[in-house]
Amino acid sequence: MLLIVCPYCGERPEIEFTYGGQAHLARPHQPAQLDDQAWAEFLYMRTNTKGVYAERWRHARGCGRFFNALRDTTTDHFLAFYKTGEAPPERTA
Amino acid sequence: MSRAAGGLRTPSGGRVDRTQRVQFEFDGQPYEGVAGDTLASALLANGVHLTGRSFKYHRPRGILAAGSEEPNALVTVSRDAARVTPNLRATQVELYDGLIAESQNRWPSLKRDFGRINDLLSAFFPSGFYYKTFMWPRKAWKSLYEPVIRRAAGLGRAPTHADPDRYAQRYAHCDVLVVGAGPAGIAAALAAAGSGARVILCDETAEFGGSLLAETSALIDGQTALAWVQQGIASLAKNNRVTLLARTTAFGYFPHNFIGLNQRLSDHLSRPPEGRPRERLWQVRARSVVLATGAIERPLVFPGNDRPGILLAGAAHTYLNRYGVRVGTRAVIVTSGDDAYQAALDLKNAGVEIAAVADLRSEVAGALPDAARLAGIDILPGSTVLGTEGDLRVNAVTVGRVHGGKVQAEQRILCDAVLMSGGYTPSVHLFSQSRGKLKWNDALKAFVPGVSAERERSAGACRGVYDLADVLADGAAAGAAAAGAAAGGGARRFMVDAFKRSSESYLGALPQAQAPSNDKSFVDWQHDVTSRDLDLATREGFQSIEHVKRYTTTGMATDQGKTSNLNAMAIVAKSLDVSIPQVGLTTFRMPYTPVTFGSMAGISRGDLFDPVRTTPTHPWAQARAAVFENVGLWKRARYFPRGGEDMHAAVARECRAVRSACGIFDASTLGKIEVVGPDAAEFMNRLYVNNWSNLSLGRSRYGILLREDGFIYDDGVVARTGPDRFHVTTTTGGAPRVLALMEDYAQTEWPELKVWLTSTTEQWAVIAVQGPQSRRVLETLVEGIDISSAWPHMSVARGRICGVPMLLFRVSFTGELGFEINVPADFGLGVWEAVYTEGQAHGITEYGTETMHVLRAEKGYIIVGQDTDGTVTPDDAGLTWAIGKHKADFVGKRSLERPSMKSAHRKQLVGLRTKDPRTVLEEGAQVAAKSGQKPPMELIGHVTSSYASSVLGHSIALGVIESGRARLGQTLYVPMPDGDLEVEVTSPVFYDPAGARINA
Repeated sequence: MLLIVCPYCGERPEIEFTYGGQAHLARPHQPAQLDDQAWAEFLYMRTNTKGVYAERWRHARGCGRFFNALRDTTTDHFLAFYKTGEAPPERTA
Repeated sequence: MSRAAGGLRTPSGGRVDRTQRVQFEFDGQPYEGVAGDTLASALLANGVHLTGRSFKYHRPRGILAAGSEEPNALVTVSRDAARVTPNLRATQVELYDGLIAESQNRWPSLKRDFGRINDLLSAFFPSGFYYKTFMWPRKAWKSLYEPVIRRAAGLGRAPTHADPDRYAQRYAHCDVLVVGAGPAGIAAALAAAGSGARVILCDETAEFGGSLLAETSALIDGQTALAWVQQGIASLAKNNRVTLLARTTAFGYFPHNFIGLNQRLSDHLSRPPEGRPRERLWQVRARSVVLATGAIERPLVFPGNDRPGILLAGAAHTYLNRYGVRVGTRAVIVTSGDDAYQAALDLKNAGVEIAAVADLRSEVAGALPDAARLAGIDILPGSTVLGTEGDLRVNAVTVGRVHGGKVQAEQRILCDAVLMSGGYTPSVHLFSQSRGKLKWNDALKAFVPGVSAERERSAGACRGVYDLADVLADGAAAGAAAAGAAAGGGARRFMVDAFKRSSESYLGALPQAQAPSNDKSFVDWQHDVTSRDLDLATREGFQSIEHVKRYTTTGMATDQGKTSNLNAMAIVAKSLDVSIPQVGLTTFRMPYTPVTFGSMAGISRGDLFDPVRTTPTHPWAQARAAVFENVGLWKRARYFPRGGEDMHAAVARECRAVRSACGIFDASTLGKIEVVGPDAAEFMNRLYVNNWSNLSLGRSRYGILLREDGFIYDDGVVARTGPDRFHVTTTTGGAPRVLALMEDYAQTEWPELKVWLTSTTEQWAVIAVQGPQSRRVLETLVEGIDISSAWPHMSVARGRICGVPMLLFRVSFTGELGFEINVPADFGLGVWEAVYTEGQAHGITEYGTETMHVLRAEKGYIIVGQDTDGTVTPDDAGLTWAIGKHKADFVGKRSLERPSMKSAHRKQLVGLRTKDPRTVLEEGAQVAAKSGQKPPMELIGHVTSSYASSVLGHSIALGVIESGRARLGQTLYVPMPDGDLEVEVTSPVFYDPAGARINA
């Protein structure tokens, strides 16, 4: 069970959270102007990263807030947690 | 069989109490052991080696090991019909007075087993046998092959009664979790505790000490190994920051240092105290972990290496020194390293005749072999084993001498025990589970921990450190480092007085003569995999160890190949002529040893399995003997039978009552979300397909919510209860996911909108009063709202009922004039009873969800999740009218423009009427355009809802059919086992299509 740091509540066990998939996918402001291909890209295509991945979590059984995290998919280690709307923190290798 | 069965117990020494005799039963025979015995040690003390039949060939098998790695001696221990635990390793079963154990996988008895014929027919059971043989006919799998194979190759049987015991679970946090309480683990725990850390030390056995419990000669810092253990444990026990957990297996290593421990609390007791939990599951979050899990002795692979009486040398050493049991009277030792000489010396001292030590090394030197020579033990260097003899117990072994790679001479030696030692395999299971990377160590001929993935360190034998002084120092260093003690603070040294030994390991099958014995050389004892099976698999083209493993099933038994994996890899590597690291390693999975379902379930069983949600009128419905159904976690009254009615009769009566007079229905389970804020209308516009801007205060509308992919996600009536406020209802099951979706958009896509979302599902009781008489019933009760016909369908208003504040809807899910009374949940039952009393004069009838379903289907109202399945668009469901015409965007709108979503061939919701009005179609039945088809049929849709309609006098059904609306009037066919049923495509609205009744 992962240990997740909610930016609003602090360190909590994974069971308090729901997973929200890939982060930083903004819904297009005017979907009608997208062609089918571009819309399908937005709708269905996701990266399947081996390594550091920006993803969304929601503290569903806590404060209810969505936030983002950087997780290394090869180790499940989190590198950072940050609020929705913020840019992912710069990573120093 | 043995010369003096009673004489196998040594007169003194070990960790058993000879004054406390313990009676037990094995396969119906009474035996006696002593306190401190395991079932295995007690059986061995009675001269019993034969404890099981092998999985596939039913060969007689004996005890191989002394710990959890035991592959053979699986037993069923039972206290009563409900307390039957199969597949326990006899080496881990602690003996108690009255213990009853049975061997497994034999019929009719262990000594005369019919399945033994498999061994004689084994030429017909090569690897992949099941895949090759039982392929055809397919049908025979279920009825014939599988049951027979399962019976023949079975492990123990599950108990037939429910488990009456209690299983506890708890969470724990610590600075340092130390797994394994051998020398490394104890040293680590002492070092960590010494620096003030909170420590948990666990060990799978009953007593701390690990290998030191069988150590009789070594001195640690001037005291005996046992005294050192006892002093260390006593000091840990006194420390209130240390938790000591014996009989506790760390079975799983999960991300972020989350470790599962299974503690067995009462299985070792003759009379477990009432009410005390039998096991406890610990879920430990450790800041740091020290793995001190030791190493497992590696068996040797030679013909006939599985006869009872053939054990690991270290196991024989443990039985002697820890349990005071001689495993035989005349032993041959086969070894690749020095450690077995310690066993030879100790056994000889205890009176066991050592016929010979067959050493695989051509040069045998060193302190321990020298000591053995000095003691008069015959050492045969450059040896190999060519075969063994004996039916139910080994009675001879043939040893060959290898010279220049060839077997030159052979010698047959009589014995009643063969003790083998192929070196050690570090127990890297938990390290590997933690996703640490293993690395191959050529000197040790083993995989050892490489790069860690978690805050974890391995210490001692589990990372290939075998010398006792080094093990202790390694453990102390790991414990100190894990506790975060200052680095370089002078590592603790231990003065150890013991033989220096070389632990040379052997890999793969022993060399054989040119015409080798026909007998099998086992690699995996528990799954009966031989070296020949592995060779065959590589000859048949399997190259990846993952494939060889699955094809031969090596390492896939309940012991997960603890004793077999490395030998299997070595044999495959040799056969493929590649190095072992090239062959690769299979994945270690949890659990390390099997964990009971009880431990996993804890208290989550029976009534506590899931929470139960009940509505405010639940006790009223119970008192009326309502039949309930589960809808998610909710209990909903399905129907209210009267006077012995079955469901069909009750539902028919309830339906007629609603259509002719009035019905009352508890709709409290509907999801309710309060959407509030200056931007509430804008938020609703962006989310739902409907136009909300023109919904005026006091009005409501049927809303549809899509996913971004354009498919219906949920529906429900949405009321505008204020300029900045919407009361959104959702389906019963959809409430949480709709709120989650709303929150997602509100928080992440449109954070600029000022809108707040609150679930009010449980705050409101909802009482639906439906039917032509419903207005008459409510007229006298409702205060502050004019509910005359001037108050049209889909109106909403605040008022009072029975003095209670109320939100009243004029809505209908039945097609009749209807109202839904929303009152605070605490008043739900009182208001319900008042309405019910008032309604008596108007023929009010309580109805349940089944009637609700029939009534809505008669009107063609869909149920999301029943008539839709995540691939249905609003147009498919005939709901295009609900979509706001001039909206530029809403969630899912763009997807509805995709060509496939506008295809005329999509499946559309229609009504289906059977030719025979009494036939009620099966929900889920497929629909075909042509009759009389044979599989594979061309199918164009399926039935989603189907009921008998007593009001209409015929059955009704809804279905989704390709181009359904263009097929009105067509005859279609529902293929069933007894032939096709003819149906006519109709409008989905069967009752009152003009809607006169609803607007009454």
